[in-house]
Amino acid sequence: MARRRGKLLLKYIIINIVVWSIAIIWTLPFIGVAMTSVKPFSEVVVHGWWSLIGNYTLKNFIDAWSNPMYSVAIGYRNSFIVTIPATIAPLFIAALAAYVFSRFSFPLKTLLFIVLLVIMAMPQQMSVIPLFFMLNSMGLYDKLQGLILVHTAWGLAWMTFFLKNFFDALPREIEEAARVDGAGDAQIFFKIVLPMSMPAIASVAAIQFTWVWSDFFYALMFLVNPDNYVVTLQVASMKGQYHIDWGLLSAGSIMAMSVPLLLYALLQKYYVRGMVGWTLKG
Amino acid sequence: MGRAKKRSKKKIIILFLLPELVLLGAFVLGPIAGTVFLSFVTPEGIGLGNYYRVITETSPDKALIIPENIVEAQPPPWGALVHNIVWVAIHLPLVVFLGMILAYLLHEVKGSSIVKSIIFLGMVIPMVVGGLLIRFIFDGTLGVVPLLFQAIGLNSLAHTWTNYPETALISLILGSVWLWTGFSLTVYSAAFESMPKSYIEAAKIDGASGIQIFFKIVFPLLKHATIVVVVMTMLWDLKIFDIVYVSTLGGPGGASNVMALVMYTYFARALDYGRSSATAVILALITLIPGVWFIKQVLKGGPKER
Repeated sequence: MARRRGKLLLKYIIINIVVWSIAIIWTLPFIGVAMTSVKPFSEVVVHGWWSLIGNYTLKNFIDAWSNPMYSVAIGYRNSFIVTIPATIAPLFIAALAAYVFSRFSFPLKTLLFIVLLVIMAMPQQMSVIPLFFMLNSMGLYDKLQGLILVHTAWGLAWMTFFLKNFFDALPREIEEAARVDGAGDAQIFFKIVLPMSMPAIASVAAIQFTWVWSDFFYALMFLVNPDNYVVTLQVASMKGQYHIDWGLLSAGSIMAMSVPLLLYALLQKYYVRGMVGWTLKG
Repeated sequence: MGRAKKRSKKKIIILFLLPELVLLGAFVLGPIAGTVFLSFVTPEGIGLGNYYRVITETSPDKALIIPENIVEAQPPPWGALVHNIVWVAIHLPLVVFLGMILAYLLHEVKGSSIVKSIIFLGMVIPMVVGGLLIRFIFDGTLGVVPLLFQAIGLNSLAHTWTNYPETALISLILGSVWLWTGFSLTVYSAAFESMPKSYIEAAKIDGASGIQIFFKIVFPLLKHATIVVVVMTMLWDLKIFDIVYVSTLGGPGGASNVMALVMYTYFARALDYGRSSATAVILALITLIPGVWFIKQVLKGGPKER
């Protein structure tokens, strides 16, 4: 018995060592850029970012924030201008559609549902050339409004799918009681279903916010003037083709990812549930 | 009364569905149809010319199958389409295996939620930043990987991996494992949590070993989670763009080129909308292979239609 317990303890220790080593390996790149960002690059090249000696400075952050060519400050402003409406608008529109998909039957319903699933699998590349011409003719090319529009439309399919699944799983008793009391469909949706769906709405909002904030391809296709660049474009542009200033780039990277990381820290539960939930049933 | 109710129901359906259908029609389905149309438009008229030229193209920055500068003995570079397939072939098994094993091990580890959160970070950060971090990991003077090889005396790998055709693609693929394992781990962890404990307990009492339990009991119960991980990972691999654009731009000499980047190159550098569209359609058709499989799963075993 004692030997068996000893064996179990040994196994427990080994598993812990393995798992925590992997966790440390996984964080190394983050630690690396964090160290590089707070040191003068000339020292990092000589001593390595893992060396704790030497000077510490915020110069890289200041340089990246107010870079004359590609400024993170301008990138932040533009990213927020795009991301906030491109999270709220599709969420509202998709919630309405998801309710109809969940509670009513209507002609072509299954076909429409399949269309949503196909859209979810489509690569962004499949739409951008016609969108480029459309935005041009609408005067929205190189405008943040154009980007908001595209993100709103492309967020709808997966949001509808996710919210429909959630609405399907809600208990119907309260809705039926309200219907007996004479409440209409719109009332039931806004007063009962929507408030009960706050966890799902938080998940969807957190993920759409992160995706829009993190988007690079649409921004690259539809924005030209660096004054209109969102933060991902600004940071990507900081990397020269041949010379890389890792100090500047590390600071820019940290600032670009800090917004979604902060959101993740605050809403972790909804985040994970959302990432997994829209792919798993129920 | 009945008819009025029916009419109000119809009104709700139309009212609630309309904004979504208009936006999807105008900015999603319309453009998709437009891309398909453009892919058939060639200078010589309507036809399959773009597809033919895109597939047989051999210039290193646009080739899909075989580039002119292919190294017969030991490629890369291959064409971008081949790179995407290589990406799936290496990335997918690693991600499935790592996610499954880690989820199983973390099941009995204290502080496992911290480890999970750390590994999940790759899912949260913008892919552009992910690509820059990959470039950093494999940097000759700063990166952990080249320094590791320097330490063990393998100097041929102690340089910036993304700058050399032999190592550019594999460094991006390995880096993408680092970014994407969080997804697989999270899906598998959720599957483990919903797994009935009594099965495993009963097997333990019967004297089954950990490995036996894993392969005989746990593994079959992970089928649905595995389908999700496989499909999503394949879609992610096939659509990969940001990481490549920011770290290597498909280079050197096309050695890390991918489909999505070729589509962009035709559009932005060659201004050839027809061939760019044809590349996009080929990419979309390939993503539909896992896509259709997933749709079938959703319609079959997913949430019930009411």
